[in-house]
Amino acid sequence: MKHRTFFWFILPTLSAMILFIALPIVSVFVQSLFIQHEQVLIVSESCGPFGCTPTTSIDVEATAALRAAQPLGRFNGLGTYLDRSHLATAEVAEIWAESSGLGSFVSGLMDLKFYKALFFTLTYTFVVTPLVLVLGLAIAVGVNNLPKAMRGVAIFISLLPFLVATIVGSMILSWMLDGEGIIGATLQIIFNDPSLSIKASTSLMWIALMVYGVWHTLPFSFITFYAGLQTVPQDTLEAARVDGASKWQTMMNVVVPHLMPLVSFVTLMLLMDNFRVFEPIISFQAEAHAQSLSTFIVSDLREAGNPLYASAGATSILTIIGVAILLTPVLIRTWRDFNVKAH
Amino acid sequence: MFLKKIVLSGAFAGLMGSAAFAADCGPSGKSVRILGSDFPAIQAVSGAAEANCAGSAGEFTINLRDNTRDMMNQALTPNPAEYTSVIVANSTLTQLMNDDLVRPLDDYVAKYGQNLKPTQLITINGKVMAVAFMANSQHLFSRTDILEKAGVDGVPSSVEDMVAAAEKIRAAGVMEYPIVMNMKVGWNVGEVFNLFFLANGGEMFKQGSAEPNVNSPEGVAALNSIKSLLEYTHPDHLSHASNETQALWESGQAAMAIMWGSRGAAVLDAEGSTEEVTSNTVLSAAPTAGGGSVPAATLWWDGITIAKNIPDEDAEATFAALVSGLTSDLMEEHNDKAIWLIDGFKPGPAAAGVAQSAAGGAKPYPMIPYINLMHNALGSELVDFYKGDESAEDALADVEAAYRTSAKEAGFLQ
Repeated sequence: MKHRTFFWFILPTLSAMILFIALPIVSVFVQSLFIQHEQVLIVSESCGPFGCTPTTSIDVEATAALRAAQPLGRFNGLGTYLDRSHLATAEVAEIWAESSGLGSFVSGLMDLKFYKALFFTLTYTFVVTPLVLVLGLAIAVGVNNLPKAMRGVAIFISLLPFLVATIVGSMILSWMLDGEGIIGATLQIIFNDPSLSIKASTSLMWIALMVYGVWHTLPFSFITFYAGLQTVPQDTLEAARVDGASKWQTMMNVVVPHLMPLVSFVTLMLLMDNFRVFEPIISFQAEAHAQSLSTFIVSDLREAGNPLYASAGATSILTIIGVAILLTPVLIRTWRDFNVKAH
Repeated sequence: MFLKKIVLSGAFAGLMGSAAFAADCGPSGKSVRILGSDFPAIQAVSGAAEANCAGSAGEFTINLRDNTRDMMNQALTPNPAEYTSVIVANSTLTQLMNDDLVRPLDDYVAKYGQNLKPTQLITINGKVMAVAFMANSQHLFSRTDILEKAGVDGVPSSVEDMVAAAEKIRAAGVMEYPIVMNMKVGWNVGEVFNLFFLANGGEMFKQGSAEPNVNSPEGVAALNSIKSLLEYTHPDHLSHASNETQALWESGQAAMAIMWGSRGAAVLDAEGSTEEVTSNTVLSAAPTAGGGSVPAATLWWDGITIAKNIPDEDAEATFAALVSGLTSDLMEEHNDKAIWLIDGFKPGPAAAGVAQSAAGGAKPYPMIPYINLMHNALGSELVDFYKGDESAEDALADVEAAYRTSAKEAGFLQ
């Protein structure tokens, strides 16, 4: 394709991407560099049904004047990124200085919400992603080997978890896991321990969230791999069979290499999605045990009356950086494969 | 002749009657747009305003929904604002005033407020900013039959009594987890701390500044009181909010609960529960803590505000319409739906708990511009203590550090 044609071809997509993705990210970044004006406070008497008390309130006129002078707020540079709710550089240095060994340093770090959330998010990502890849491939191969008549039904059933809205699916599971729910109560009977509660235990809650994560995203990798399996060249398979390769050998040496580009694609998508885990935490009411960067963004923005835009912006940018770091190895690999093929 | 006189006087009396009922709706043909939370008392007040004044208004809309606090500031910011009135509570009035979105009501009160009692007027800095119509507070729900079965005399009045009673109930094998509380991570965890902290005589902030003051002996005492109760709550308590606790209560799985007064009527009615539970449920003041005499409860009010960014005549018509509903007629019809602050309210059994909490000297929820930030810091940082991962002092130090971080960003601290 000529460069000129390519340019006109890509222009609509490109401009939409700049307008709706790139510019908002720049705007979020700019906002994350500013914090609110100093609030001008006045102390006065407030009275109501329960008597009178001295109260502090905001001098709105003085604050409005400050706001009009500098609409973006006070410039804070990277201050918000380094504060206690984010990278917490000062606190980390202090914990490092005071800690006696790696163990106490890590436990000190887990007291800071950003690192605690990061720890959960990374664990979630690195447990769920490989499981979904392997199980998805296994189901795809299984369905592919079924007699033709049964495949349609099998595909439909395998896709069901994907059809249920995340928030609905996780809420149903959450109710089932509750101490009063069918799974929670059954576990209590099986282990004969009435105080056994999934929602009260951090490790059980993590397992529940990850099991849900696998269950919900499995259909995505299944259907992608199933589509890929339809394109495996039959003559290569036949040649392998003639050479006396076992089913397992055929699988590992013919099918999997053929599907490798799809594996990269699915891995990329899963890494991105899992790093931004959000809905299950909300619907499992698991905030006591697991937080992710996305739940922080939402709670900063929902901070009624005092939305913390800078804090939410900084967390968003850090999330983007986190996703970029996670994707780099996969992207480098894809790029290398592409170059090898090109030469 | 005699007959005619009777008919005439009857007509006259009828006229007088209807005149007394015809509400003063202020300027006619104006727009009245009300936003509020969706619960029975607010439905009653806005419904009465609509019945009285929808006819004379040019436009009359009511939008009652959940989580209004998340959108009310955005809704009132444009000029003209989306709504002419928002029904607020202590905490949400602060939130609107922080952004200068509501107007002083003194002139309207002078003109239309004949039915209002002086205690209904919320004055800040000498100006009436809201008109309260109902109160709400946490208090104790007790199941007398279960307490009796376990050999407990009377209804507990302190945390220590509650713990002793819970131990007896557990020892008697009646119930493993007799206590329920709203302990869901976030707002509820913060609010429970407020109850016990204020009951212990704590002050959230250093006098006259935004510097936090919760890492104190009062704070530690509050956390220890709460923890002693949590020994006897369902292990899932960190995911329980009002709906879950009410459900546990109504299904007969609890003997003592600290819940909102506004749940009283819903618990005592015939719906969703059994006769055994409702007939043995008694409401009383929230428990005292640490040997003090103040009930561990915060007092709340709900009331009317008028938006700032709207034409003056719309504001006047909205105020007149809403206030026209706050009369003894409303009380006759909806007496049991809330703890009304309106003239003519007769407290029933559902109101007993809140009334006792208030009489015992419970503190109002603080109306301070940065209270939301403190409340959120408490709600997220105390969880480690309740899970047993951290000491009370460490958790409170974390609360102060988290609060300082967000208060600096919001411009309250330097």
